[in-house]
Amino acid sequence: MSVNIFVPRDSTALALGADEVAAAIAAEAQRRQIDHRLVRNGSRGMFWLEPLVEVECDGVRLAYGPVEVADVASLFDAGFTEGGAHRLALGRTDEIAFLKQQERLTFARVGITDPLSLDDYLAHEGYAGLRQALQMTPAQIVQQVTDSGLRGRGGAAFPTGIKWNTVRTANAAQKYIVCNADEGDSGTFSDRMVMEDDPFMLIEGMTIAGLGVGATKGYIYVRSEYPHAIAVLNEAIRIARTHGYLGTGVCGSGHAFEVEVRVGAGSYVCGEETALLESIEGRRGIVRAKPPLPAIAGLFGKPTVINNVISLATVPVIFARGADYYKNFGMGRSRGTLPIQLAGNIRYGGLVEKAFGVTLREMLHDFGGGTRSGRPIRAVQVGGPLGAYLPESQFDTPLDYEAFLKIGGTLGHGGIVVFDDSVNMLKQARYAMEFCAIESCGKCTPCRIGSTRGREALDHVIAGEDRAQQIHLVRDLCDLMLNGSLCAMGGMTPFPVLSALNHFPEDFGIAADPAKELA
Amino acid sequence: MNAIDDKDFGTPERESATRVTLEIDGVSVTVPAGTSVMRASAEAGINVPKLCATDSLEAFGSCRVCLVEIDGRKGYPASCTTPVEAGMKVRTQTPKLADIRRGMLELYISDHPLDCLTCPTNGNCELQDVAGLVGLREVRYKKGENHLELKKDESNPYFTYDPSKCIVCNRCVRACEETQGTFALTIDGRGFESRVAAGQNEAFMDSECVSCGACVQACPTATLTEKTVIRIGVAEHSAITTCAYCGVGCAFKAEMKGSEVVRMVPWKDGKANHGHSCVKGRFAWGYATHRDRMLKPMIRKKISDPWQEVSWEEAVAYAAGEFRRIQQSFGRDSIGGITSSRCTNEETYLVQKLVRAAFGNNNVDTCARVCHSPTGYGLKQTLGESAGTQTFDSVMQADVIMVIGANPAAAHPVFASQMKRRLRQGAKLIVVDPRTTEMVKGAHYQADYHLKLKPGTNVAVIDALAHVIVTEGLLKEDFIAERCEPESFRQWKDFVSRPENSPEAMAAVTGVPAELLRGAARLYASGGNAAIYYGLGVTEHAQGSTMVMGIANLAMATGNVGRAGVGVNPLRGQNNVQGSCDMGSFPHELPGYRHISDSTVRAEFEAHWGVALNPEPGLRIPNMFDAAHDGSFRGLYVQGEDIVQSDPNTQHVVDALMAMECLVVQDIFLNETAKYAHVFLPGSSFLEKDGTFTNAERRISRVRKVMPPKAGYADWEARQLLGNALGYPMYYAHPSEIMAEIAALTPSFRGVTYEKIDRLGSVQWPCNENAPDGTPIMHVEQFVRGKGRFMITKYVATDEKVTQRFPLILTTGRILSQYNVGAQTRRTDNVRWHSEDRLEIHPHDAEERGIREGDWAGIESRSGQTVLRATITDNVQPGVVYTTFHFPESGANVITTDNSDWATNCPEYKVTAVQVMPVTQPSAWQKDYQRFNRQQLELARAEESGA
Repeated sequence: MSVNIFVPRDSTALALGADEVAAAIAAEAQRRQIDHRLVRNGSRGMFWLEPLVEVECDGVRLAYGPVEVADVASLFDAGFTEGGAHRLALGRTDEIAFLKQQERLTFARVGITDPLSLDDYLAHEGYAGLRQALQMTPAQIVQQVTDSGLRGRGGAAFPTGIKWNTVRTANAAQKYIVCNADEGDSGTFSDRMVMEDDPFMLIEGMTIAGLGVGATKGYIYVRSEYPHAIAVLNEAIRIARTHGYLGTGVCGSGHAFEVEVRVGAGSYVCGEETALLESIEGRRGIVRAKPPLPAIAGLFGKPTVINNVISLATVPVIFARGADYYKNFGMGRSRGTLPIQLAGNIRYGGLVEKAFGVTLREMLHDFGGGTRSGRPIRAVQVGGPLGAYLPESQFDTPLDYEAFLKIGGTLGHGGIVVFDDSVNMLKQARYAMEFCAIESCGKCTPCRIGSTRGREALDHVIAGEDRAQQIHLVRDLCDLMLNGSLCAMGGMTPFPVLSALNHFPEDFGIAADPAKELA
Repeated sequence: MNAIDDKDFGTPERESATRVTLEIDGVSVTVPAGTSVMRASAEAGINVPKLCATDSLEAFGSCRVCLVEIDGRKGYPASCTTPVEAGMKVRTQTPKLADIRRGMLELYISDHPLDCLTCPTNGNCELQDVAGLVGLREVRYKKGENHLELKKDESNPYFTYDPSKCIVCNRCVRACEETQGTFALTIDGRGFESRVAAGQNEAFMDSECVSCGACVQACPTATLTEKTVIRIGVAEHSAITTCAYCGVGCAFKAEMKGSEVVRMVPWKDGKANHGHSCVKGRFAWGYATHRDRMLKPMIRKKISDPWQEVSWEEAVAYAAGEFRRIQQSFGRDSIGGITSSRCTNEETYLVQKLVRAAFGNNNVDTCARVCHSPTGYGLKQTLGESAGTQTFDSVMQADVIMVIGANPAAAHPVFASQMKRRLRQGAKLIVVDPRTTEMVKGAHYQADYHLKLKPGTNVAVIDALAHVIVTEGLLKEDFIAERCEPESFRQWKDFVSRPENSPEAMAAVTGVPAELLRGAARLYASGGNAAIYYGLGVTEHAQGSTMVMGIANLAMATGNVGRAGVGVNPLRGQNNVQGSCDMGSFPHELPGYRHISDSTVRAEFEAHWGVALNPEPGLRIPNMFDAAHDGSFRGLYVQGEDIVQSDPNTQHVVDALMAMECLVVQDIFLNETAKYAHVFLPGSSFLEKDGTFTNAERRISRVRKVMPPKAGYADWEARQLLGNALGYPMYYAHPSEIMAEIAALTPSFRGVTYEKIDRLGSVQWPCNENAPDGTPIMHVEQFVRGKGRFMITKYVATDEKVTQRFPLILTTGRILSQYNVGAQTRRTDNVRWHSEDRLEIHPHDAEERGIREGDWAGIESRSGQTVLRATITDNVQPGVVYTTFHFPESGANVITTDNSDWATNCPEYKVTAVQVMPVTQPSAWQKDYQRFNRQQLELARAEESGA
């Protein structure tokens, strides 16, 4: 009987040698004349175990990892295709604690299926949501999203249903769905995993969005640094079109929907929704002033839904299982689950999908297992390079949009980057300004000039020149950028700078000033 | 930088029926919905500081200086990008806003050279003003990264780009896009590196920049600065006047230092140009003070004699004596005059008055003879008035734009910018032109149909379009029934329905595939508001008048006359060619297009002028030349026109002038015609006199004197001197008195006064008791002639046919940087863009003849020969060659023939059968020209050195 062997095709696994491992397994199996089917599945999101090889025995997936080419012969010797014992054996995959403690709704299929197998997708609840949506009116579709409590997972947490409704009620012959896949935050990869590991889910979500608001064309704007995601998406779109899930009549209905992948050109700001629209339109990626909102006048001046990959990828489950099902996860106004990405100096890095409400400390210790270096955690940056640095005293904050806002932080796109006690927070503050200077689109003054002046001022602090006066200047500048910037790039750069300054004043050569705590 | 003293409201005006009331700093303000908080504030007299906003451009929101506080909104919204809402409470001045604004300016100044006192825009700099307004007192940032050492780009002859002073407000980039539509500028780099760049980050002169000046005007600092401002300094006073170049008639603020022009800035309130300009009007005014200006009256007995400088009195006495002598010997009709389309209405009126009243004949004509006379004839026949039907602004409501035989991007650039803006908004475009001009495809627009016809087949195209409209049921029957003559319509309908007028039948004649003709006809007839714009590619043909009538037919048949967004729009070439026609410059018409044979009309003029008028129409220009050849015409007064260079068949013109016993030329330069003159009267430029010009949309605008006449008299004053010398005294203290006389005698001008023009800015005729404030759009309720008349427009091939000997067709046109015969623009730095006329030839035709790019190409027609350098391009079709006529030595009109329009004698410039061959030396004509020119310049110089 043929045995199913799974070797992930996700970028993380590939970076760790998955292709070589897969080739070695195929060669070894052939040499030993073992009847097998090698499946290139997505990643389970446990990156310290990659390449994570799985075998399916009696309908149960057993895991081995991390597997190197040198381990392959010994795995066969140990009879791993029948679940044989080996030092890399991890037992049942779904019993691994890191995975077992998650609530995977959006990522339910990720790592289990072959991303480009439509059969796999359909066998795992794929397109169940779209079938539901096809029975509904646009207003009902939008209402369902509103009822689910889904908020934008790109970082702004704007209620998705309200955004869709604005587009739905806008009067225009042409509307668009734009998927923001310009995942540029440091330490984030959940969008990439969706695109590489379960692309039909994103296509399905966009198709439902199209039905809901009356859009017939969707664009996925992917950063150029994601070549595998681009390739997988293009192939998935081709397959979906061939099977009637995209095209002039979606699933035999009268609704048309098409999806096209657009590749970015290496600009962080193009993840800002209006700059992204400019980029798709073929212009320089600079931020537009709002109003008008993209929902009223977006891509090519037409009403446009712009949602993050995770937001759109979460739509199918909301339709397959119902709004109430989804809404019952979470806390407060943060409903459902958040795919959290653990990165930086962390022992168990990877993807954790949990309902809102889990605390930062639980994430860092119960899931992350502390730092990789073994030293104490000194600071974590949540929500990307524009997120605040949080000290140990704030680790009991639950992952909830409002709770984070209250401590001057942001959940953002759910990225958590961990630093141990060797970090110099003055240099991190400088890095925040430098990052802004490098990535600023250059449109508005505080970001264009301010970020460079901020970096220079912090250089003076590092060099010990007029330290007090320069820190005062940095605070004034942060206030200016916060209040005066056109978009979040300049407007949020003060978060990491001020949080470093306020929580770790000793690194700046000054004593703590309680009056300057972030509001 | 904007013109001095102009109020800038920050963002453009919005039109809306809904009015919104809000409160700004405690003041209640009511504005149209969609207005920005910034503009609403400005209208209430509350000025929010700003740097990236200016009211000619859409809000951008980048400088972050105009932030305000709004009750119930978090943060500090930018007032430029925030629309007003009912009940909004806005605060524009708070301590927090003061901090933010100071902080922004501190950042700006941390990367700005502090050389205000020696900066060319010191005293007219928005950055300086705003720094003062926000109270910036110190810059706390230590010296860091900066742009202070960046090099200036001085490549453009008229302005400099100094990147060290750039604040990256993007106003120049946006002006290039929104105002001009060229998209030559961008921001290079991102973040702190961001800097304005022309083209692919190249020198301005090497980029696509067309030097319109919009960026310079939009710049709030000294980054983009006129070289004249750098040289002279900021102006101390200004006057509103009207450009003396093309028929768009842009209003300008002449910024002055004493009687010296510092710069010409397009006037924001100018209704033809709305604050926009082109390279000619904006920058190429240096000719007015060029050293070639002739400032002294001169006389000579023979053209081989040296010129003799004399007093004004002596010169006019000599001219008057000669004219009277000639009339005594050869009869009253042996002399005549030609009016100028570049001079003012008042001056032109006086020339025709002089001819009719003092010469006692009607031998007066004007250069419209050789450009838009078929327009006058054709539109009068069909619609009832010899003028375009619309305002320029009407194009903003057009859904389909058809451009026939015109290249506004080159010849009417400011209107072209407006048209392109409408095209970028989505209007459809049909171009009928044998060449692929800039109108066919440009930045963010492209013709939906380019009917690339063979030169000379316009009428075949218009008949085929009409055929489709009639036979496919696309007629606007109710409009026709209500507004047009049934009988002429029926005849026309029968005529165009004939199979021989079908696109399929005409395809062989026109070279345009039938499907394109059908598609274009359907689009024109059923695409919404459809407007036709046309130029000399329509009129300068053997069937020029027929084509004009064909256009009018098409507009009437589809109901595209009488409201905004539609119409028949001739793009007039010269600044006052509409005006010169209005003023009675044609031999058969008194002012207001009334026939000289009409005794009632004549009686009015006779009573006012105190003379009896000859009821017989006089000679047209070509008739004058013919009469000169047979000896019956011997004296001519030419006002500001260069017939030797501009009229066809140069040899024929020259022979006629050589037969003159007294040729009087009045011009600001010793032009080609003056080289054959016996009396030269120095002219005055538009800067040296008061008066009015009338543009292509019938708009009468003021020309204002900003310096004394360099030769002592303005042209209108010189005309009185001549009248007095001829024994027909004329006394006007000011041109306004001449306009009063025009108004009294001309029904369509009855309500025009200088006071009214000053009050309204400009006024479009008809302006009278029925339309006291003028008439923007004509034929609204009914046609001027009552019912619209359809005219039969049978296509007749021109006699000018290609043969084995002359296998190519030469057609002519203009270029952006040069104007007409080039007398003005050749004397400016515009020659940097275009220093010679070239022959454009298709690669296939060039290959066949062994002609390579830049080679000398000999061009021969049955009229003559000349030589030009070749440019090989597929903008022309095989079998067609093209050139411009801006340089006298090019001899473009040596080639053109004396074929002309059957109705008006407008020359057939656009179709000349020629052969082109590679040559190694100039033509015989060119050698003769050079010799003669050298000799004439010496005769003039001898006078200068002798004086």
